[in-house]
Amino acid sequence: MENLALQKTANEIRKGIVSAVHSAKSGHPGGSLSAADLFTYLYFEEMNIDPKNPKDPSRDRFVLSKGHVAPGLYSALAHRGYFPVEDLITLRHVGSYLQGHPDMKHIPGVDMSSGSLGQGFSAAVGMAAAGKLDGADYRVYALAGDGEIQEGQIWEAAMFAGHRKLDNLVLIVDNNGLQIDGKIEEVCSPYPIDRKFEAFQFHAITIDGHDFDAIRGAFQEARATKGKPTVIIANTVKGKGVSFMENQASWHGSAPNDEQYRTAMEDLKKAGEALCQK
Amino acid sequence: MSEVKKIATRESYGNALVALGKLHENLVVLDADLAGATKTGMFKKAFPERFFDCGIAEANMTGIAAGFAACGKVPFISSFAMFAAGRAFEQVRNSVGYPHLNVKIGATHAGISVGEDGATHQCNEDIALMRTIPGMVIINPCDDVEARAAVMAAYEYDGPVYLRFGRLAIPVINEEEGYQFEIGKGKVLKEGKDVTIIATGLCVNESLEAAKLLAADGIDAEVINIHTIKPLDDALVLASAAKTGKVVTVEEHSVIGGLGSAVCDLLCTKAPAPVLKIGINDVFGESGPALELIQKYGLDAESIYKKVKAYQ
Repeated sequence: MENLALQKTANEIRKGIVSAVHSAKSGHPGGSLSAADLFTYLYFEEMNIDPKNPKDPSRDRFVLSKGHVAPGLYSALAHRGYFPVEDLITLRHVGSYLQGHPDMKHIPGVDMSSGSLGQGFSAAVGMAAAGKLDGADYRVYALAGDGEIQEGQIWEAAMFAGHRKLDNLVLIVDNNGLQIDGKIEEVCSPYPIDRKFEAFQFHAITIDGHDFDAIRGAFQEARATKGKPTVIIANTVKGKGVSFMENQASWHGSAPNDEQYRTAMEDLKKAGEALCQK
Repeated sequence: MSEVKKIATRESYGNALVALGKLHENLVVLDADLAGATKTGMFKKAFPERFFDCGIAEANMTGIAAGFAACGKVPFISSFAMFAAGRAFEQVRNSVGYPHLNVKIGATHAGISVGEDGATHQCNEDIALMRTIPGMVIINPCDDVEARAAVMAAYEYDGPVYLRFGRLAIPVINEEEGYQFEIGKGKVLKEGKDVTIIATGLCVNESLEAAKLLAADGIDAEVINIHTIKPLDDALVLASAAKTGKVVTVEEHSVIGGLGSAVCDLLCTKAPAPVLKIGINDVFGESGPALELIQKYGLDAESIYKKVKAYQ
């Protein structure tokens, strides 16, 4: 896809996020919106996947280690054709298959159940190791939060992945700089993220996580990197695309009310119209 | 008495993994720097390409196994029970139990028979922890024959299984010839009418010996081996409790949450009967030779005999 098409798709995915979280009256819009461009690139450009055959053994895998941004993943999956976009507003409702955190047993396209921070990345590492064992061509992608990497298990997994030279593995760190209690460098700083992963035998790439040229370049560089896993540190804006949510830690895990919902959707509508003028 | 053959069930586990590995290409084994002690080292030697040492990182090992299982592999992961079930509890719950992935947890060095390492490594809580996870199968074999059969059955079963093995060499009480293992099916080892003794793991043999002592005193005890604590063999337990009207459970595990609790949970609603729970009485263990600890904590035949007799 051309960048403009990716931008338009990302804007639609953002609308799905806002609608789902508004309908649920709970959920995590901030980190879903910061990662929306990454979801878009992964599901519409990077990964070898088929929504009609979500269990294809040869498919690329994606694990949402920061499982609380499920609205972002679900919106991307719905827009990619795994399930109806209309279902997004059933998020977190009793009886809906769209659970608050990713559930591989019931949601088409979800490759791993996740949500307890730090755990998803280990599963992704296991998938990559399984691929290597089988000599399979598939690649494995995991998305972690920058706050999430405070979890020790992330580093256990990184040590294993680096040791095993899993070059079929890409970890994306959504570096929006905010966690529930505030700025990550004030709560318990994980910086420098790149040098930490380099010390664990990763190839580290730092990009603007909202620039599709940069995103494309990073994933191409990851593919070309042999003998070690890659970490892409994506500098992003929490709440990206919704004016009043941007860079506000308070929008980590709260839903917009009806008025805020209208404002948010208006922001995204205008952004979509602007993209159509291009 | 003739010499009784003794084998630690962790040894049985190692042997069974090698046998399974020859049969099934999709079997992988993971360990957390304890391959020598858990006996997965035997598999490592036979199939090095399918063995993954995760280092001292049990949480990550559990998650990696989930990833393997999600890709169609059948991973067996091993560490001491304290770490496999305790340290990695939440990973077992959320990364294995919740998605019901086909991961087998081979936990060795369970209970106080760990011996000299003492309380930090004597896990008397693992069955309790694992029982709370929906869909988890829990197997605690009583000897070498049963342990090897349990590993084979765990492979064939599609879903998470917790296998509990011991460090201590214990008597082989089952005959290899004709031995049948079925998940969830207990075994009546001795029929009796006065009291039902339900035992698991190394306490099965001790209970059989206790039953002999009781018989000499005119008490006819029924001895049941429950190798699968979850799902429990409800029918067998209910029938025996109805017959004798008096139940004793014996386990190398806390009296809170283990076999005794599972039996009580069943009986309290379906067929209330008094139950004496013999196990670790809500205390931590301590260092010492395993056999001395088993005596001190009242899990040997003589102690079981005395407690059951006093219970009459």
